[in-house]
Amino acid sequence: MMADVGILSFGAYVPRRRLQRSAIYAANAWFAPGLKGLAKGERAIGDWDEDSVTMAVEAARDTLTGIDRSTVGSLSLASTTLPFVDRLNSGIVKEALVLSDGVAAFDLTGSQRAGVSALRDAFEAASGRKAPHLCLAAEMRKTCPASDLELLSGDAAAGLLVGTGDVVAKFLGAYSLTTDFVDHYRSPGMDYDYVYEARWIREEGHVGLTSRALKEGLAALGVNPTEIDRLLVPISAKGVAATLAKKAGIPDSAVADTLQAQLGEAGSAHGLVMLVAALEAAKPGEKILLVGFGQGADLILLETTDALARLAPRRGVAGSLAGGVKDENYMRWLAHRGLVDLDKGMRAEQDQKQPSTTLWRHRKAVMGLVGGRCTKTGTVQFPKSDISVNPNDRTAHTQEDYPLAEIPARVLTVTADSLTYSPSPPLYYGMIDFEGGGRMTAEFADLTEEVEVGCEMRMVFRIKAVDDVRGFVKYFWKAAPVR
Amino acid sequence: MAKGIKDKVAILGMGCSRFGERWDMDADNLMVEAFEEAIADAAIDVSQIDAAWMGVGFDAMNIGPSGLPLSIALRLPNIGVTKVENYCASGTESFRGAVYAVASGAADIALALGVEKLKDTGYGGLPVRTRGTTFDMVGVTGSAPGNFAQVASAYRAAHNVSKDDLKRAIAHVSVKSHANGAKNPKAHLRKVVDMDTVLNAPMIAEPLGLYDCCGVSDGAACAIVTTPEIARALGKTDLVTVKALQIAASNGWELQHAGGWNGSYFHPTRVAAKRAYDEAGITSPRDQLSLTEVHDCFSITELVTMEDLFLSDEGQAWKDVLNGDFDADGRTPCQIDGGLKCFGHPIGASGLRMIYENYLQLLGRAGDRQRKTPPSLALSHNLGGMPSQNVSAIAIVGLADA
Repeated sequence: MMADVGILSFGAYVPRRRLQRSAIYAANAWFAPGLKGLAKGERAIGDWDEDSVTMAVEAARDTLTGIDRSTVGSLSLASTTLPFVDRLNSGIVKEALVLSDGVAAFDLTGSQRAGVSALRDAFEAASGRKAPHLCLAAEMRKTCPASDLELLSGDAAAGLLVGTGDVVAKFLGAYSLTTDFVDHYRSPGMDYDYVYEARWIREEGHVGLTSRALKEGLAALGVNPTEIDRLLVPISAKGVAATLAKKAGIPDSAVADTLQAQLGEAGSAHGLVMLVAALEAAKPGEKILLVGFGQGADLILLETTDALARLAPRRGVAGSLAGGVKDENYMRWLAHRGLVDLDKGMRAEQDQKQPSTTLWRHRKAVMGLVGGRCTKTGTVQFPKSDISVNPNDRTAHTQEDYPLAEIPARVLTVTADSLTYSPSPPLYYGMIDFEGGGRMTAEFADLTEEVEVGCEMRMVFRIKAVDDVRGFVKYFWKAAPVR
Repeated sequence: MAKGIKDKVAILGMGCSRFGERWDMDADNLMVEAFEEAIADAAIDVSQIDAAWMGVGFDAMNIGPSGLPLSIALRLPNIGVTKVENYCASGTESFRGAVYAVASGAADIALALGVEKLKDTGYGGLPVRTRGTTFDMVGVTGSAPGNFAQVASAYRAAHNVSKDDLKRAIAHVSVKSHANGAKNPKAHLRKVVDMDTVLNAPMIAEPLGLYDCCGVSDGAACAIVTTPEIARALGKTDLVTVKALQIAASNGWELQHAGGWNGSYFHPTRVAAKRAYDEAGITSPRDQLSLTEVHDCFSITELVTMEDLFLSDEGQAWKDVLNGDFDADGRTPCQIDGGLKCFGHPIGASGLRMIYENYLQLLGRAGDRQRKTPPSLALSHNLGGMPSQNVSAIAIVGLADA
């Protein structure tokens, strides 16, 4: 008998800030009063130092809770907002996770369906793969001020570890339709999506195309619509999911919340975000039908297993949503997303050129926060060096790799620096000591309150600086308060 | 331990430019201003100088590489001129070059000059710059006040000092330096300030407000040194000699070794102070030192340095400061010339400016700000870098017979 194919683990990440839609509306009402209908609830927004890659890293870390990272065989990152057009974005994620150089990695993009399509592909490839595949999706859409999308979108990432064996949700099958339905598009060089009329998209696309896929798919999969316990439709337009359920004969009670009130629609990642949320809430033996929409539709049918109840606790979608903080500073967010220019001052003129040679030599330290541990004395340090920092035992060439990213740390010194340039002043930073050894001076991330000496911190992979002149993003690790 | 250089080298002459926003001057002009005073004081001809050292912190900002700018500005007679850079300790580093050259016998007369032209950057504070390709990937590019503010948080935690108490103590440091600087015609900032002004100033890097930060200035300072024998042969009678000159550099222990340094003090300063006191034969600095010029780039730095120089007990400096121990009329005056705070901080010049003030005080030439009790031994402490990684330079000068 073939081993079950399915989901071995899952995780998610939603940035901490929740921009109040009322704040977006308040600023734009003079120009676009019609947005009022969308001006309810809140949307997740990434901080200035986050992008689809950093969010994917967080989702991946959550997904890999309790899992030996050396068992991961491949990974993929789906997004339509990848920071690099030609540089393997999933390769950056791989370095941050300190996965083996032997993993395969690829990016998927080009459609709002990319996340769900990637997952379908991962399931179908699983039986031919020796090791689990880490399927990631992340989205941070750049939306034009005063557009519907600005209010509807939200930033988030999700991860699913797909493989065979003791799966928490078994893959029962998939169905896809592909049609060149141009509800919106974005060409190279365009800042924003060009979106067609909402009523047409809803009738011909969201409802028309998807209900056709549901009808054909359910038949092909041989599943009775009444057996579906959770229908996941990652489309925020009001009532679409309920209409689809009704047309397909799926019970109304199966229609899953789109998370529009607290998060917004996370583009190509949203299907996977909703799937993670569903898995967090589901009991063993439930049938979950996941829909992906974009130039056609994908359907994925899953059934949860007893193993779901045994999965180690994690942040997930629920934890991320619980940790949100209200933010009414629309202007700050516009500035962080490059939608409004602020006078940054001359201090911001420092050249951020990143030599590729040094990044290559130090990729483990920079991208993976890998320090050194002396094999003789056990002294841990960051970064590694030929001669140990231990003042009591001068050892040379004895250090082995020692990853620090998952080790808790405590604050030793701190300040809020208003003089140095930061996109989000004041810049908080200080010295931190890692549990079991290792010390560094780190920038502090995700601050909405003061950090004191002694505070517990966890490391997060973030944008350190952007080289605007050469279009390069520099990543490194920062310390964030444990909450 | 090496025997040291106590009394092997005498200061023949010193000069210091006016510090401040010298919009009308290049680094060359500032060098000449300091040099003309120094060579007049030394009463020698430029042809008698055997070797020269120049200290500059931000060479890329003002003069460019090598020792040539000094050689050209002063039209030195094709002698060896070396540029040194050791962060904000570059001034004392240049002094070390000249002093060691004389002490070794390699030169009879040597010159040290520190200069910095900062006010061409277009903004206040120090220029933002790279600290090397590796650091730029993993380090934090904080401002100077941000880096030094770290000490305040750790000092409070280590000694259980309340936020308010420490803020008042560091405010006293600045109020005192402003009072001193007001009496100094060469100082950049010459305004007296009160506690309320300091306490209520805009925050630069928590807990350091505007008045907790020193002035960023243009300026130059110069020393001409020789042996005591040559100085006497040249007609000098009241000799100021070098009693000790020590530099200690961090090796990464503070920054990288978890559980070691607690962040609340300057490790190299303690090391350099012990060595300097040994070299100078000082056994009780509190009783023997007449006054100090320390690296008060920020008020918190001066406060903590009182402990690192063993002039206050550990964890007690904040009380001694509030008690007025380091005021101009206190137990051991600190920054009687206004310090970096008010005299100003042209990086490469600062170490030499401190020695200049100590030299004037020892010779009774400090005018309105002259210490009433005649000084005999004076310490200068010139710090480069940041609390977690720094170069600490200490020079003790004194009357030849002290």
